[in-house]
Parts: sequence; C-alpha cells; structure tokens
Amino acid sequence: MAEAKPIDGRSLVRRRAGLRLWLSAGWLTLLCAVALFAPWIAPKDPLAQDLFLGRLPPFWVQGSESGYWLGTDSLGRDVLSRIIYGARLALIVALVAGSVTCVIGAMFGLLAGFLRGWVDMVISRLIDIWMAFPPVLFSILLIAVLGPGLWSIIIAIVVIDWTRFARVVRAEAMAQGAMDYVASARVAGRGRLGTMLREILPNVLPTIVVLLTLEMGIAVIVEAILSFVNLSISTDDPTWGGMIAEGRTSVHQAWWVLVFPLVTLFLTVLSFSQLGEGLKDRFDPVLR
Amino acid sequence: MSFLSVRNLSVRLKKGPPLLRRVSLEVAAGEVRGLVGESGAGKSMIGKAVLGILPPSVEVTEGEIVLDGVDLLRLTLTERRRRIGAMAALIPQDPLTALNPSHRIGPQITDRLVDILGWTRADAAARARELLAEVQIPDPDRVLRSYPHELSGGMRQRILIASAFAAEPKLIVADEPTTALDVTVQKQILKLIAGMQARHGTALLFVTHDLGVVSKVCQRLSVLYAGMVVEDTSVADFFAAPRHAYSAALLAATPKYTDPSAGLNPVPEAVIAAVQAEVAAFDRGRAHG
Repeated sequence: MAEAKPIDGRSLVRRRAGLRLWLSAGWLTLLCAVALFAPWIAPKDPLAQDLFLGRLPPFWVQGSESGYWLGTDSLGRDVLSRIIYGARLALIVALVAGSVTCVIGAMFGLLAGFLRGWVDMVISRLIDIWMAFPPVLFSILLIAVLGPGLWSIIIAIVVIDWTRFARVVRAEAMAQGAMDYVASARVAGRGRLGTMLREILPNVLPTIVVLLTLEMGIAVIVEAILSFVNLSISTDDPTWGGMIAEGRTSVHQAWWVLVFPLVTLFLTVLSFSQLGEGLKDRFDPVLR
Repeated sequence: MSFLSVRNLSVRLKKGPPLLRRVSLEVAAGEVRGLVGESGAGKSMIGKAVLGILPPSVEVTEGEIVLDGVDLLRLTLTERRRRIGAMAALIPQDPLTALNPSHRIGPQITDRLVDILGWTRADAAARARELLAEVQIPDPDRVLRSYPHELSGGMRQRILIASAFAAEPKLIVADEPTTALDVTVQKQILKLIAGMQARHGTALLFVTHDLGVVSKVCQRLSVLYAGMVVEDTSVADFFAAPRHAYSAALLAATPKYTDPSAGLNPVPEAVIAAVQAEVAAFDRGRAHG
C-alpha cells in the first residue's frame, strides 16, 4: 500500500474546486461545440416527422431502431437531434441574456453602493418595486406585449433579473467603499469614477462572475419555462422547454421524450453554477 | 504662517447632533501635532475633514480649513481633490484594509503617481523601490510584485507609510497608524514615521489616543472632548503641567507599565461632569447666539 501523504487542507480544497471547474467547463464546452456544429453532428433532421417511427425507445431498450439513439417523440422526430438543436437556443439565451443582465445590473449596483445618497435611494426603491412583481407572470406579460421571439426572451430576462445583480453588487460595493484603501485613493486625488472602476470594481468582480454564471443557468431555465408555456420562439424550432412540455403528455408511454431534455437542462444549469463557484476560487487573490 | 490652519470648524450629522464644535488648530510646516481624546471625541473627524473624505452622512456647518493659504471649503469638489492630492496624504489606521486586495503592491504605489500626478512609469517605479528601501523593507522587488495578503501587518503598514510619502506631500494625516499593530511592531513603526517626517520635513497631524505615542513624536498637541478642543499646548508643557482638568485626568489615566501594582486610573466622574457642563454651555451659547 502506498504511504499515506499528509494532505494540506488548502490543496485539497483546490483539487476539489479544480475537479468541479473542469467537469462543468467540460460539459459546457461540449454543449457549445455541439450547438455550433449541430448540422454536422445531429444524426437526423430535428424537424423530420415519421409517424411510422413514433415513440421509438432509446437504443438499449427492446424495440429501438438504429440511428435513433435516444428514441423519437410521438411524431417520430429524433430526440437526440432535437436536444442538439435545442442547445443552440439555450446557449444563445444564456450567453446574451446573462451578459446583458450582468452588465446592466452590476452597473446599477455599483453606482448605488458607491455613490450612496440619492442615487442609492432611487436605485434601491426601484429594486424593491421590481422585486414585488412575480417574475414568471411578469415575463409572460412582457412576452405577450413584445410578441414571442428570441429577442423578447432576452429582453424579458434582462428586465426581470437585473435586480439580482444590482442588489448583491450594491451591498458588496458598499462594504468595499468603507475600506481604508478607498479613502487613500480619494485622498490621492482619484475621482469618483476612477475610484469606482479601479479600486472597487476589481474587488467586486469575483462576486459578479459567480452571479453571471448563475444567471446564465437561470436564463436557460427561464427560456425553458417560456418554451414550456409556448411563449418562446416559433413552435417548430426544437427547444428543451418545448420538448419537456410535449414529453409530459406522453410520459407513461414514452418517458425518454421527457427525461433526456430534462437531464440535459439539469446538467447545463448545474454546470453553470459550479463553473461560477470554481472560477470564484480562481479569481479571488486571497484564495489563489 | 501655519501650513494648515483649521478655524472654527463645526461638523454635524446631517440634521443631527454636532460632532465638532468650533475646532481650531494650526500646524506649521514641518511640525507634528498630536490630536488626542477618547473614542468619539472627533479626532479622526478632523483628519477626514482636512483630507476631504468626510462620510456623506455628515456636513460642515461653519469654519475654514486653510491649506497653504487657500480655504479648502471654498473650492469646488474637483479643485479641492486636486489640491489635497498634490499636498497631502493619509496614513490609515488599519493596514489590513488600507491596501487594495486585488492589486499588487507596486501598482498601488505607482499608479497614483502616474495617473494623477503625471509621472513616467519608470520614474514612479524607481521612486517606489527607493521608498521601500527607505522604510527598511528587505527585498523590495519581491514585495512590489506581491499581493497585500501575502505580507504581514507590520510590512503593510510600512508600505502605507512609504506610499504616503511617495509624492512628497507637505502634510500627512496619520489616523491612529499604530492602533492595529501589536506593541513590538508599534514601536518600530513610530520610529519610522518620526524618522521619515524629520527627513522629509513634512507636517504631520497625528491622530491617536495614546499619550505615550504623543510624547515620542509630537511637538504640539490638541486635546479633544466631545468635538471641542479643551487644550492646545506644546507637548513639553502638557506633560509638565496640563492646564485643563480633563487633560490632567487623561494624563493620570495613562497606565504605568513599570509598576504593575498600580491600578487603572479612569478619568474621575467629577472631571467628566465638569467638561460635559462646558460642552453644554457651549451648545447653549450657540443656540442663543
């Protein structure tokens, strides 16, 4: 047996954080690649229906048909191909809606937390009012007004979720603003904008990164919810939420139509949040 | 003429009680003035007012802060910031929060010289190395590349002192620079500040609650109670014969480390009552006048 090595707690934490980071980054990279090269990777046309091949089970179950790895739905469409094409919408929404929400929310939070005074009053009250709206109903209402479509989903997510960033960043900026290094910078003659961007922002950044990845996961979920209630993009295009909605109705006859998109969704959202945690450990100079 | 002169400065919480009550004090060029008083007496508030970093929750209601002939309170925010940045610096209290954890030490010292005072990168870097050597930091090049969390508290306080002297300010406000350090390091840091001050001829406003520190580094002294200057005197006179009863009690309260059998001597209640009556009389006078 190998000699037991004393394990330094910090390296153990790092190794576990590293594993988490690599697993989640690996899954997301795979997903991105798959989404990018969907036409070459997808075994079948995701829209092609074949009623004679409806509800085929996945490959390891009796009665499967070769080429339809994860089976087909009730219209005979290939589940794997639909998941692959659905990744495109999910990732676009995650990246675009996540980043825009992050930038807008963080900006408001930074301004409120650093400038304080009336700016903080206005932004904080705005956040309070915003958070009183039930988010799902609010997004459905927004989509109803804007009309369904990719941009409507993104706008809805940004409009609803900026407060998530604003609140946390505000509190963090406020805490950092009370530190002596901010006072020193002000005495040295740094302006307010300079102090905010040079001194405070770098210290709030790890928090922002974690929130950003969480938000990307949330964006995927919101898109799925909207697809589930048929308010996403046109109903022809495959979406994970849409697949889950369709799979729900036939779960007793064909569980795979529901389960595979659900697992994909779950893994993706989980990966985003774990990626954030992993990155935080990398970013934080004290933990580094 | 004094380099810094604060005249009748009153500060209060916005629509709240006064924090400073017509404080006046002078600091001549190259002089060290101690500001002593118990917690909440307004020592740090004076330093903050001078450096233009009063918290947003307080306001100046009257008075002047004349720095090198110009009343800072009459300047616009931008002009004030420039003037203070060019002439004054801060040695903060807590070395653990006074360096930005996200930046390496080198840029923290040099960026301000480059961005704000227009030095070249090379000049600033040379200056930083020279300063770290002056505050007796071994291996300055390694330290300049370090992050704050990699250094000890005493080391960080040395860096803050170096950083304060970087642009050759005419005035430095030291806000309890040794309070957060342990006693052995305190002594070295005090010596260092005193030495740097003497070499550079910088005026120093030294905020502290430790009279022992005052006796070592200051020439003049203001004793504060509840935002009022109760005594303004030379350090020699103060230790020989404090004039105000509160000052005398404060001096008597200093623990004598050489005699462990002596108990603590808190400021007597009668003295506190007397000085509080003075403050009340001052407030009444203001209300009527």
